Amino acid sequence: MTSPPWGAMARLTARRALVAVPVLLVVTFGVFAVAAASPFDPVKAYAGTAALGADQETLDRLRDNLGVDRPFTARWWDWLTSALGGDLGQSTVMRQPVAEVIGERLAWSALLCAVAFAVAVLLGTVLGVLAARRPGSPLDRTVTSLAYSLEAAPVFWIALLAIWLFALNLDVLPAGGLTDTGSDHVTAGQVASHLVLPAGVLAVSQLPWFVLYVRQGVGDALAEDPVRGARARGLSERTVLLGHALRSGLLPVLTLIGSRVPELITGALLVETVFSWPGIAAATVEAATAVDFPLLAALATLATAAVLAGNLLADLLYGLIDPRVKLNEM
Amino acid sequence: MADTTVEKRRTTAAEPAWRAHGTARRSTHTLRLRVSAALVGVTVLAVLLVPPLVQLDQQAVDLAAKLRPPTWAHPFGTDDVGRDLLLRCVYGLRVSLLVGVVAALTATVIGTAVGATAGALGGWADRAVMRLVDTLSSVPHLLLGVFIVAMFRPGVWPVVISVALTHWLSTARIVRAEVLSLRSRPFIDAAVSGGASRWRMTVRHLLPAVLPQAGLAAVLMVPHAMWHESALSFLGLGLPTHTASLGTLIQGARGSLLAGQWWPTLFPGIFLIVPTLAVAGLAGVWRERINPRRRSELML
Repeated sequence: MTSPPWGAMARLTARRALVAVPVLLVVTFGVFAVAAASPFDPVKAYAGTAALGADQETLDRLRDNLGVDRPFTARWWDWLTSALGGDLGQSTVMRQPVAEVIGERLAWSALLCAVAFAVAVLLGTVLGVLAARRPGSPLDRTVTSLAYSLEAAPVFWIALLAIWLFALNLDVLPAGGLTDTGSDHVTAGQVASHLVLPAGVLAVSQLPWFVLYVRQGVGDALAEDPVRGARARGLSERTVLLGHALRSGLLPVLTLIGSRVPELITGALLVETVFSWPGIAAATVEAATAVDFPLLAALATLATAAVLAGNLLADLLYGLIDPRVKLNEM
Repeated sequence: MADTTVEKRRTTAAEPAWRAHGTARRSTHTLRLRVSAALVGVTVLAVLLVPPLVQLDQQAVDLAAKLRPPTWAHPFGTDDVGRDLLLRCVYGLRVSLLVGVVAALTATVIGTAVGATAGALGGWADRAVMRLVDTLSSVPHLLLGVFIVAMFRPGVWPVVISVALTHWLSTARIVRAEVLSLRSRPFIDAAVSGGASRWRMTVRHLLPAVLPQAGLAAVLMVPHAMWHESALSFLGLGLPTHTASLGTLIQGARGSLLAGQWWPTLFPGIFLIVPTLAVAGLAGVWRERINPRRRSELML
């Protein structure tokens, strides 16, 4: 095996970072344009209920101070320049700087998504291989039908049913939150038990896609010449399946892993809300309900960056694993 | 049920015996078609016929009969103020389906217009438009939807607009690819050498040819748009809570679920899953009909 193409990978990363700059610029610009076109009034959002009793003069002064009357392009530019300096503005719903909100919550979301994704990948591979071994067999039919049904099921609905079953009826797992109620310390054990349900539900929502693609990839690989050759040489079925079919069958799946980041974020939005997980996705929903524009703008930008990073990661992984891929051409 | 959708190959002589059951494959194929068509038919009939024909008030409150588990009188049980859940679910499906169809149609019109324009113009215009499509695809759909609804305040139209604005991207890609492949066909060359203008070529020759693909995309988008509406409504960012939609029904059932009543949560979800699977099944059959050799992808 040749050494990994570090140079090409670094060049690809640099190129993608250059592409990411205009993408993020356009997305933030769009966010400000939508806000400018909407009936949303930053003055009222800033003043809250106090705006109801305030006289017009105070409101006008506030409007002037906030610079609301300037064109949105100017406000976008101000936001951008201060964002580059690390100042993302003040979150009205959380009553703290946006950067702080993100800093406190990002790790919990990352933990949830990473565990869920790992479970989905492992379980999906196992189920997909089992189904691909004998297309049309009862096992295959069960796995595929289940996968299609799960893919069609809304994740928040699965989450609610999971709470009903595991937290209420069986009473084995906590229904939500990060720690037990009344506990003021965040201990690893408590987090682990509170993580099981949200991560499990998020994994289940990502699982069907994985199972079906692994099944297709491995199924296709099983019908190809290298596998026929391996069988003809008398290799055991286990070696054929895991050493030949799985290796080439997983390749197309790998490129698609990065493209699943949007779905993962979508799932996290719903799962974190249902389970009151103190992550960044739940904060997005809270920010949207309270029309907290600074927080929403920052989170939309962050999500876009995560999607771009996911795409890059998938390409890097592909180049690392498949020697036929030329990273320079990507 | 949908097991042949991901199969790549038709059977060939060299494949193992268990792959070569052509007749068995065909019979599951028709079964899938019939089941899917029946389910779609039942769904459409239910939402069209039940409200005008059945003289029952979905809002009828009966506090004496609140939170009854499923019985013969109330097959899906009753909710926390004693409304019949079966009736609520049918009305909810009606609203969700309406939102889904309108949003999917809007998205398809936008996507077809953008994709056809990009494909027909070509050159830098095509590159610019597709770059914009790529950029917009980097924002997670639900997040963008949440943002739009948050800014414009929840309601039916913001939901429709937010779903339409986030879902035209894939249609634009499909239509553009189709237009690009059509442009090199002889009948387009014939039209051009016959003196057809770019406009006439697009409207008379390219658009009719991409309509089947765009139609398939639109049909597939309906369940997706319904899902989107439900998710937004569930988050409290969609339809107002007093309007029964599948999302608001599940949202409203959260309180009773924590008290141990499972039926107000379970049935609206099933009403969302069944049409999704049926539409996916139909679309799979249709796609194999119009293009039997092309590798069919996962479609949900």
